Amino acid sequence: MNIGVLAVQGAFAEHVSMLEKMNVASFEIRKKSDLDKHFDGLILPGGESTVMGKLLIDLDMLSLIRDYINNGMPVFGTCAGMILLAKKIEDTKASHIATMDITVMRNAYGRQLGSFNAVSEFLNERINMPFIRAPYIKTVGSEVKVLTAIDGKIVAAQQNNQLAVAFHPELTEETAVHEHFLNIIKKKINLTNAN
Amino acid sequence: MPNERYNLNKELAQMLKGGVIMDVTTPEQAKIAEKAGACAVMALERIPADIRAAGGVSRMSDPNMIRGIQNAVSIPVMAKCRIGHFAEAQILEAIEIDYIDESEVLSPADDVYHIDKTKFKVPFVCGAKDLGEALRRINEGASMIRTKGEPGTGDVVQAVRHMRMLQSEIRRLKSISEDELYDAAKQLQVPYDLVLYVHENGRLPVVNFAAGGVATPADAALMMQLGAEGVFVGSGIFKSGNPEKRAAAIVKAVTNYNDPKMLAELSEDLGEAMVGINESEIELLMAERGK
Repeated sequence: MNIGVLAVQGAFAEHVSMLEKMNVASFEIRKKSDLDKHFDGLILPGGESTVMGKLLIDLDMLSLIRDYINNGMPVFGTCAGMILLAKKIEDTKASHIATMDITVMRNAYGRQLGSFNAVSEFLNERINMPFIRAPYIKTVGSEVKVLTAIDGKIVAAQQNNQLAVAFHPELTEETAVHEHFLNIIKKKINLTNAN
Repeated sequence: MPNERYNLNKELAQMLKGGVIMDVTTPEQAKIAEKAGACAVMALERIPADIRAAGGVSRMSDPNMIRGIQNAVSIPVMAKCRIGHFAEAQILEAIEIDYIDESEVLSPADDVYHIDKTKFKVPFVCGAKDLGEALRRINEGASMIRTKGEPGTGDVVQAVRHMRMLQSEIRRLKSISEDELYDAAKQLQVPYDLVLYVHENGRLPVVNFAAGGVATPADAALMMQLGAEGVFVGSGIFKSGNPEKRAAAIVKAVTNYNDPKMLAELSEDLGEAMVGINESEIELLMAERGK
């Protein structure tokens, strides 16, 4: 299994070292030619969504990544990565990869003073969830499964091959969310092999 | 200081990595910077080159002007306070700034003490010329470090000197034996636990950006290859011929700093770079402020 980690800006190194800890191979995606390599899953890290969104266009990667995801490539977005996946971003006409049927609110908890740590449940496991100038999901489409909500705000969701969380599991010691993503990939690999 | 807040503040700096933080003086410039791909903006009344030209005392910016910039963009907004001026820092915290730069670019308010940054909820970034300065600032509560460089000159030589010094001192600490760390702490004038962290991890405990004199995509790539995790660009953008194009080119150069072919394309037709002042031609070395 090999995972591509979008590395145009943000906290991509943290995902890479998390995968390393779990003995999973990964590589950084910084430009279009990096997408030629084989990968079984894609991680969109935290950072600034406006920066990553712009670089995806400037570096001519946006539509390629969108096609990969629409064709079933497992993808996992954290914080800004979730915003990249969202079909709709509240208070703006802009969207980026726009493959996931969710409406997100950017900087939904305010500025840095509003950043916080939560402990909550992700698939029956209580884990630490750091929220850094975080977004949350305002509404989800019918195909989207809500995985975690805190105080009525959706902070983790899945739509088939797409997993999005508003917090940063890669900044913690806990692997539950990454493990869930690897399971999505494994399921897809098994399905492909069975066919 | 609750540790949790400090961690969240260090983590915000982690989100800025691989990005470019740009100096802006108006909401319009802030919008241009955001559109060009800045991962944060530094709101200030005058950019360093103009502070240098104007002389006199330079202070924290007008909170109303900073608020205007906060309202104009969705990316984090930083602002500078004078070294040691904790009242300016309190004001910046009150307007919910995302990061305070306790900066040698402004006139120092205290020639002995830096701000006790552990007393604040908002994060601080501080400048450093070497490992001792960096670790002293971190001990005082800084959650991000940048090289001092020589602001407002367009001359990258000091940023290079500071980054090389920092990296070589980190490499040295990493390689010495454990019983030598006590003396290293004494020499660096920093607490032992920070020295131990650098020894064990081979890096600072916080994110480290380059700043001061970065004017071209090549400058940015140089600093990234020397170990910077991101870049501040001050006067280099809005003192140049075509700010939008130059800003966007520097953003891409930071992402693909190891790709000379792409850097060549990015460096084409950028218009005039800021004129710049050679470090030997200037009378005021801002980097000497606050050690």
